[in-house]
Amino acid sequence: MARGKYGTVFSIGLQNTFVYRWNFLLKTLFSLIPLAATVFVWRAVFSEGGSDTHGYDFHGIVFYFLLTNLVDTLVTPTEDEWQIAAEIRDGRISAFLTKPVDYLAYRLSLYASYRIVYTSVTLLPLALLFWGFHDFLRMPQSSATWPIFLLSLSLSALIQFLMAYLIAMLAFWILEISTIVFLLYSFEYFLSGQVFPLDLLPDSFQGVIRWMPFTYEVFFPVQIFLERIQGPLLWQGLAIQTLWAAILLTMARCAWNKGIRHYQAVGG
Amino acid sequence: MLRYLDIYWVMLRNSLVREMHFKANFLLWMLVELLWFTGQIAFLEVLFQHVNQLGDWSKWEVVLLVGTHQIIAQIFQAFFYVNLTNLPELVRTGRLDLLLLLPVDPQFAVSTRQFGLDNLLNALVGLGIVLFSLTKLGIHPSPSQIFLYTGAVALGVTIHYSILLSLNVLTFWTVRAQGLVTAYFHLLGIGRYPETVFHGTFKVIFSFLLPVLLVANVPAQALTRTFENPTVGILELAAASALSLYASRRLWTHALRRYASASS
Repeated sequence: MARGKYGTVFSIGLQNTFVYRWNFLLKTLFSLIPLAATVFVWRAVFSEGGSDTHGYDFHGIVFYFLLTNLVDTLVTPTEDEWQIAAEIRDGRISAFLTKPVDYLAYRLSLYASYRIVYTSVTLLPLALLFWGFHDFLRMPQSSATWPIFLLSLSLSALIQFLMAYLIAMLAFWILEISTIVFLLYSFEYFLSGQVFPLDLLPDSFQGVIRWMPFTYEVFFPVQIFLERIQGPLLWQGLAIQTLWAAILLTMARCAWNKGIRHYQAVGG
Repeated sequence: MLRYLDIYWVMLRNSLVREMHFKANFLLWMLVELLWFTGQIAFLEVLFQHVNQLGDWSKWEVVLLVGTHQIIAQIFQAFFYVNLTNLPELVRTGRLDLLLLLPVDPQFAVSTRQFGLDNLLNALVGLGIVLFSLTKLGIHPSPSQIFLYTGAVALGVTIHYSILLSLNVLTFWTVRAQGLVTAYFHLLGIGRYPETVFHGTFKVIFSFLLPVLLVANVPAQALTRTFENPTVGILELAAASALSLYASRRLWTHALRRYASASS
């Protein structure tokens, strides 16, 4: 009883996800291909004498993509939105309505266990990758960067989870959410900085970027680790990140409450 | 052969009718694809703010390459993508049995059931980008160039087909398919870059072993880079697509022989 009910959910999640270790490994190995391609492309850019790259040099940009890959592995949900949507669609959430379990806390525990299994399975290939690129690694100069990075990383995880949860709530109203999920993916992929560092966009975009939630899914913690964002801008960024987490949490709660009222318990 | 064409025509018509029942879904899918494409073009805009050339390709040559990749990928996705990604589900549930009983080649039966009109429209967007790049480059392709380009695009579609078929055939062994579709996008996505950017083992692997770098590069070269003799590239691409089609067919028949239905 010491672990509490969500602790138990967490450990069940660990056991269930461990079955998919080979899939995780395969997925990680294949994701190295575009990463390698990115390194080649930027090498070509810098060998052409790429100018005015906002303080990035070749090593800096490669390390940026390594970190982006790492943060993405750590916090991006893989299956959660599909599972939640399926549980709503098939009427399986009926079981939760009669139990003293908060569905959001339940899903958050599962999300945490998935991320831990996923990260530990992919740790070996990731470690090999970082070892292979050890010349490119630049640890933070200031030791204060680490706790701030970890704080921002946890907020990123929360934002990523809540976005997935919120999208899955749509399953209360529409049968097929996959198009909307992919629509969100395409925004996330480009606007969270996985294709190119967002600060390379022209200055006129920077205001929008600062206020978008996507920035705080991957790009922002990476910028903190690279110590490219400091002083008042850092604190402002953390405040915006917290604000987004709070907004999304409120929206997630509202969507659940509204959805439950609309819910028809198909098949149950 | 004619019988297969007849069957295919009926399936195309059914598929279109079904698609028109879900108009909102159809429009949203188009939007998703369009967003991805816009994102790629935006990435090129960012890159070419800092350089004039990428692996000795100029900006509009690279845009033409990305447009060509779009045409090939979308034509492939229109005709085969959904069908092939359905295969793991057919294997898992044992519904493949029904398809095996049909009096047609099983590979034809699993490859051709559905058709995506939205993808075909997105291929047209790619074509528009290619034509726009051609005017920017001031190139008026000769009829023989257009012929070579069209042929190379068809060969590229074959390579996409062979790779996704092989990836999905692997589920005869693994049952779970999650991650394989991502593998396809990761793999084929590198074909959007000029092949001159790549070097060493990476280039050898993805030009010969898994020839994804040839797919869009060869047709794009046939249009823009006339100083490089196109015949060599086309022959290489033709050999690559014939070999990969043959290899995937072998893998498929081999897998089918060890298929033991899930239900019965």
